[in-house]
Amino acid sequence: MLNLAVIIAFGLVSAALALTFWRLLRGPDQPDRILALDTLYVNAIALLVLLGIHLNSSLYFEAALLIAMMGFVGTVALCKYLLRGDIIE
Amino acid sequence: MNMNLLFVALIPLMGAALTAWVSRFGRMGSAWTAGGVTLLALLCLLPSAAAPFDGEVIVQRWPWIPGAGLDLAFRLDGLGLLFALMILGIGLLVILYARYYLSEHDCMGRFYAYLLLFMGSMLGIVLAENLILLLIFWEMTSLSSFLLISYWRGREDARTGARMALTVTGLGGLAMLGGFLLLGEIAGSYDLSVILTMGDVIRAHPLYTPMLVLILLGAFTKSAQFPFHFWLPHAMAAPTPVSAYLHSATLVKAGVFLLARLFPVLSGTPEWSWLVGGAGLTTLLIGAWFALFKHDLKGLLAYSTISHLGLITLLFGIGTPLAAVAGVFHIINHATFKASLFMAAGIIDHECGTRDMRRVNGLWRFMPYTGTLAMVAAASMAGVPLFNGFLSKEMFFAETATFFEEHAWGWLLALAVVIAGMLAVAYSLRFIHDVFFNGEPVDLPRTPHEPPFWMKAPVAVLVAICLLVGTLPAYTVAPLLQAASAGVLQAPLPGYDLAIWHGLGLPVLMSILALTGGLLIYAARRPLFALAARLEGRLDARAIYDWALGRTLDFAGAVTRRLDTGSLQRMLLFFMLSALTLGAIGFIGGGSSLTGPRVLLPVDGVSILIALVLVAVAIGTLILHRQRLTALIVMGALGLLIALIFVKFSAPDLALTQLTVEVVTIVLLLLALYFLPQQSPAESSRARRIRDLGVATLAGGGTAALTWAILSRPFDSISGYFLANSVPGGGGANVVNVILVDFRGFDTLGEITVLALAGLGIYAMLRELRLPGPTHDDAGRPWNWDAHPTIMAALARLLLPLALLVSVFIFLRGHNLPGGGFIAGLVTAVALIMQYLTNGVEWTHRRLSHDLHPLIGWGLLIGTLTGLASLIFGYPFLTSTFTHVHWPVVGEFELASAIAFDLGVYLVVVGATLLILVHLGLMHGASHPKQGIQQESR
Repeated sequence: MLNLAVIIAFGLVSAALALTFWRLLRGPDQPDRILALDTLYVNAIALLVLLGIHLNSSLYFEAALLIAMMGFVGTVALCKYLLRGDIIE
Repeated sequence: MNMNLLFVALIPLMGAALTAWVSRFGRMGSAWTAGGVTLLALLCLLPSAAAPFDGEVIVQRWPWIPGAGLDLAFRLDGLGLLFALMILGIGLLVILYARYYLSEHDCMGRFYAYLLLFMGSMLGIVLAENLILLLIFWEMTSLSSFLLISYWRGREDARTGARMALTVTGLGGLAMLGGFLLLGEIAGSYDLSVILTMGDVIRAHPLYTPMLVLILLGAFTKSAQFPFHFWLPHAMAAPTPVSAYLHSATLVKAGVFLLARLFPVLSGTPEWSWLVGGAGLTTLLIGAWFALFKHDLKGLLAYSTISHLGLITLLFGIGTPLAAVAGVFHIINHATFKASLFMAAGIIDHECGTRDMRRVNGLWRFMPYTGTLAMVAAASMAGVPLFNGFLSKEMFFAETATFFEEHAWGWLLALAVVIAGMLAVAYSLRFIHDVFFNGEPVDLPRTPHEPPFWMKAPVAVLVAICLLVGTLPAYTVAPLLQAASAGVLQAPLPGYDLAIWHGLGLPVLMSILALTGGLLIYAARRPLFALAARLEGRLDARAIYDWALGRTLDFAGAVTRRLDTGSLQRMLLFFMLSALTLGAIGFIGGGSSLTGPRVLLPVDGVSILIALVLVAVAIGTLILHRQRLTALIVMGALGLLIALIFVKFSAPDLALTQLTVEVVTIVLLLLALYFLPQQSPAESSRARRIRDLGVATLAGGGTAALTWAILSRPFDSISGYFLANSVPGGGGANVVNVILVDFRGFDTLGEITVLALAGLGIYAMLRELRLPGPTHDDAGRPWNWDAHPTIMAALARLLLPLALLVSVFIFLRGHNLPGGGFIAGLVTAVALIMQYLTNGVEWTHRRLSHDLHPLIGWGLLIGTLTGLASLIFGYPFLTSTFTHVHWPVVGEFELASAIAFDLGVYLVVVGATLLILVHLGLMHGASHPKQGIQQESR
């Protein structure tokens, strides 16, 4: 049962990933792209956690944790750039 | 095992750093430290000092790079002892003298640190047993003398002189390396103990002549022999203590030291006599001639140094054992009188503010003590009886007289030598008469008076040696001279007599001729000066040097311009095309199929999707790349995908690294992008783009095919060894981390050093840089007024402890599970950068020290000390060890020494990353004019 759920979830998250990429390339505006990148981080975290459940291993969770943290910083930096140009002031 | 000789050379080198550091706490501290370090080195030498007098040779060796046949091997025989004593003894006097010579504006720590560096290198030369080791120290003297000569780096002439000295001696050193390699090949060993016994084999070898020429090039450039003499007068731009040291006992004596060292091996052939004797004779005459006509006091001494070096070289060139003894004797005497003369010249310069002998006159009235000392030293230089210069000059005359009796053309040599002797008397006389008598001083910047006692003391000591050796040679210098000569000859000594009066004969006649002739020349100096003024600039070696240097630079520039047109596209095109050609040849010639025999692994849907998305995004990036910010965002996504692929292929360490590096890259590029155009212009024509597309497709396809070919074949890599040895050898289950901190720990140490240097270099370049940035965004809208939105700032503050916790977690478990110092360092750096982003520089700097240099320094220090600790326990550098300790609550816990090394890595990464990013961020100058007003109103 869980296996089936994991596989369906894989499919759905992968679809989300593909759609997010479309938004990333299409835009049309920079905030759209930044949001797409941020969503992409969320999708990646989901994929890693799913992989961990699927393989019954906790080794992937650190990567997920780091993506959560680093993705946040990346998004903040990009947003700050749009707002102020100079990000460290 | 005794290792004092190693320490004799190492103590000054290590003391240099100490001296520089001590100068923080006061000017005098560094002088005292330098003196103490020199004394310590001297004390280290003393236990072995007795052996050479009994004819023993001490050799001490430690393996250094045994794979290359290079040992830290040192030897002490009479010659080495003589030079070591001169270097340390005169070094001490120079240190004392310089303490009074340097003015308030001169940095004492830097001066003494350079001086000790030089002293250590020089000691290394004279004590080295291994030729390659000797060469390393030789090059170190070139470098450290460059630093010493250019000590007053604000002065153009000092920089030019130092560069010229470095160029000439560096070129000589390169030639000498070739000569040494040939010599080592001929003798089958680089150890002097072996080489010195093989004179006959070496002289009979067909490669003898090229080897000799190469080695002599090294010796002649260092000892300023004609035609390489021109750098020495320009090196006079150095502070006088440096000149006194470099041009009396040390730097320029290194060349004649080498002649003496290899004398038993290389001498005794016509090539040796002609080359060494010829260069020595020419230098002797040219130096003496120019010395007479220099109006600059130090210029006179510089050319007289060249002349005396020529004399010593000529003696070695004559090649008889007795001539070699005379050469060694003159090395001692020249060192004492020339060092004291330079110091006296420095005192005169110091007190008068000028060294021009046309203005410095009649100083006898103002400084009688200095005058007396200078007179004694000058008399010794001229070869007046009862002073030490007379003794060795007498031996020199005796040698040429013997040569005169034995060779048909010998009278020419004798005549030339007498002329040189006359000139030496004349310029010595000029030094004394012009400076201390000859009327009144002309328009001096200062009123001269006697210098402080301790400034004269070193001169007095040296002058006393001149007198004692000159009057009582048998009781003073004889044992040392005997030991040193034995060291040079490596054979029984010839009989010689150090008496002052040898009875009437040709040598005495030559001495009398030289003295009277010198008086006459000086008396007739006015017309000679006029002649010299007219000849000046006719034969200027400096001009030839400048011309040769200019042509070389032009040629190098032309070659570079042909190869490097500044077009990246062109370079890449050539690179790709050659790689393609070579790859195609390999593919066509191989004849095997592209796909190997390995069974392919199954693929799942998610992987296929990620791979397809990766391809799509890569193409998308290519299309969007002119919009720089968009390209940056898309590349962030690419990095994320690649991290996912790393995870999929079981490389979690790589994934973690990739993720952190990705964010740091985004921040870095955003910081730079602020100052740059937001769009890249199209630079290539359409046809060119199509051509480049074709080449790129081929290259990418080729790489893909190659990867496919390798991956589809069974392939044995070195990873098996690391997997097997990681836990037993390094005590860690995370192979990647064990490789980084243990197996390849030395590489990692090098890498963090590079990182630290890059960070400091970037800091140095950005420190004062202030750039104006755009005042509006790309679309022309003004920037948002709110620099640090409150919600964001508060949220980021909350995140900091969590992020630091993650970083500690990753650091601690790194040895056994994915993680380690590098990733943890990046995570910490990113967490702190986050505060800069959201709360601003000012807020962060109030809470966090912005001086990151100590952090980097400590990191490097911890890393290096961990490595050295294993040396203390008798293991190779950076061997790690581990143990299991039981902690009360935590339980069994593994403690590896590698974690200390990892801490070093962590600190350097945090320090360097923050330093670079923050200082890039601080570059903006006038871009946000409104911000200041708003902050005040808030």
